[in-house]
Amino acid sequence: MGYTKDQLLARLQELKIDFTCYDHPVVLTVEEQAKHVGDLGGALSKNLLLKDKKHRLYVISALAGTKVDMKILSQRLGLGKGGLRMAPEENLLEVLQVPLGCVTPFALINESASAVSLLLDQGFKSKQICYFHPLTNDVTIALSSSNLDKFLISIGKQPAYVDLEAAPAVGKDNPPDLAHLVPSGVPNSSEQPVENTALTIVPHHQNNVPKETEVKAKPKVQSKGAETSSKADKPTTNTSVDKFVNDVFDIISPLFLSETLKKLDIKKEELSSILDDVRGRADPDLKSIAMTLKNASYTNGFHAGFKTMLHRGLDG
Amino acid sequence: MAAAEQGVDAARKEKEEEEEQVVNPWEVSAGKGGIDYDKLVDQFGCQRIDDALIDRIARLTGRPPHCFLRRGLFFAHRDLNELLDLYEKGEKFYLYTGRGPSSEALHLGHLIPFMFTKYLQEAFKVPLVIQLTDDEKFLWKNLTIQESKRLARENAKDIIACGFDIERTFIFSDFSFVGGAFYENMMQVARCVTMNKAIGIFGFNLEDHIGKVSFPPVQAVPSFPSSFPHLFAGKDQLRCLIPCAIDQDPYFRMTRDVAPRIGYQKPSLIESRFFPALQGENTKMSASDANSAIYVTDSAKEIKTKVNKYAFSGGQDSIELHRKLGANLDVDVPIKYLNFFLEDDDDLAHIKKEYKEGRMLTGEVKQRLMAVLSEIVARHQRARAQVTEEMVDAFMAVRPLPNMFG
Repeated sequence: MGYTKDQLLARLQELKIDFTCYDHPVVLTVEEQAKHVGDLGGALSKNLLLKDKKHRLYVISALAGTKVDMKILSQRLGLGKGGLRMAPEENLLEVLQVPLGCVTPFALINESASAVSLLLDQGFKSKQICYFHPLTNDVTIALSSSNLDKFLISIGKQPAYVDLEAAPAVGKDNPPDLAHLVPSGVPNSSEQPVENTALTIVPHHQNNVPKETEVKAKPKVQSKGAETSSKADKPTTNTSVDKFVNDVFDIISPLFLSETLKKLDIKKEELSSILDDVRGRADPDLKSIAMTLKNASYTNGFHAGFKTMLHRGLDG
Repeated sequence: MAAAEQGVDAARKEKEEEEEQVVNPWEVSAGKGGIDYDKLVDQFGCQRIDDALIDRIARLTGRPPHCFLRRGLFFAHRDLNELLDLYEKGEKFYLYTGRGPSSEALHLGHLIPFMFTKYLQEAFKVPLVIQLTDDEKFLWKNLTIQESKRLARENAKDIIACGFDIERTFIFSDFSFVGGAFYENMMQVARCVTMNKAIGIFGFNLEDHIGKVSFPPVQAVPSFPSSFPHLFAGKDQLRCLIPCAIDQDPYFRMTRDVAPRIGYQKPSLIESRFFPALQGENTKMSASDANSAIYVTDSAKEIKTKVNKYAFSGGQDSIELHRKLGANLDVDVPIKYLNFFLEDDDDLAHIKKEYKEGRMLTGEVKQRLMAVLSEIVARHQRARAQVTEEMVDAFMAVRPLPNMFG
């Protein structure tokens, strides 16, 4: 069930996001939109829905004047030279749940669009006001890019601003710089990235290949939460101590609860509450020893790597 | 950023007028009644942290704010809101804190900024650089260079034991690291600060040796990401947040003044009060008086003795008087310590109430404190025992931190 324009506007108000609303006849192009709101001093946006060969979708939202070269964008995303196409109409209606001519960042509020990647023109940041359609094309809303960010963060999306006109070389020594914006293919969960396959703390750098030829380039600025940098098939190790301690409790708690309830005559809620207390009290010590283990493992790996390099050089 | 930022000059004048408090990196002394923090904040020109800001931090990090924030131990800041605005938009920052390794004996007061910094690292998922100013200690104290360097490494072990994440933490000592881009930044800063200014800010005089006068840039430049090319290459505008005790403010006033002139961002600060000595607010915690503080090497027995014998009590002299009048929480040191270290808000509120109204006795409060402190110290000792020389080497290695924002 797609959101309606009114539902979206109500949500913006709830989030205390400042915006202005302009009604006008239905418009299908930026030129037509400009006739109605072009003279008001804000920046018009053009919005494209693109699709790659693996049927992953991207909304590219740019200033109307920005030149978007799909070939270059495709390479920067790590999709090869001809990897991006305009998405067919069905995707607009089924995934974004907006009518034709109405691609907009706001469509990401819909659950169906959770796997869509959003690329925003860096140029928006320098404009005071930007214009977008709010799920219908008989309305334009005007707001600042920081307010747009506020909205995106509220739906669990990390705003990704990109210099869309940049054309960096992509090759063996320069991995695609936008590869981290390719959707992972799994519906968006705003928590940590893909689970580790075994509950071991592995020093992170053991997984790193020293040469930067991997398409899965580690982004320079890792966004917190939503957009994951992993592709669905590649396992990742998680070295978070927090997560480890929680995983340990998640194993012990249900086991302890079920075994104890079998043997003792005690209410489940009472036992759960005791267990929560214990969890709270054990937490600092458990985190401390887990961190020690992590640091010690890293240390061993680090020294092993150092000695390897010393004896054999970079190529091992 | 309007507020007037006065220096030691103004403080000196006021001191001449009355017996006033002096707060700078090398001297902290209170007037009557302890440190007047309101006056200090006014004089320095920083901002107080209010409840709204604490809530904001809780929301942004998705976890309850640290005890030290809730209880007002970290109580002042510079440009913290601006930093959070950027963080909200997805722009990261890094943390910078440090220690002057003057002695091997670390007490709880020393650990406080590190405990808080560890929370910040976890909560915001950002990297951290830790500076060990072994050169400063060499310049100010009667130490050999070898000894300063050795103390730096020993202190590093206690710092590591606070639980920092090796994937996000770089520890360095000045004697080992200064050079390259770090040194270039030092020179840039040095060229922007006149002798007059340095004297005004730090209280130097013409009899001080030039080592002292040229030290401040060393503590300033870790605020600039370009000082660490192996970590932040290409991120010249990355923001920095500095958790520190408020007596370090002068260094960073100078840094913030210079930053825009050399094209860098001003660091933000989050500052703490001073941790009271066992014998009371007006006394100083000193490495030479073992009974003035709880050391990280103290056994449970030593903690018990120190708290019982030396912790200044706000309770009355006799039980009858105490039940009648209750305790004076303003001067009671165990309550102040519990304020910092007892996590549970309800628990603390209950103890304060009972104690103030005379129903709880000093002995009980002290017992509770002993339990809390013993737990903290024991945890630290266990972690410390597992810090090897190799681990220190790894933390201090000039290595990339690929997962630092993960």
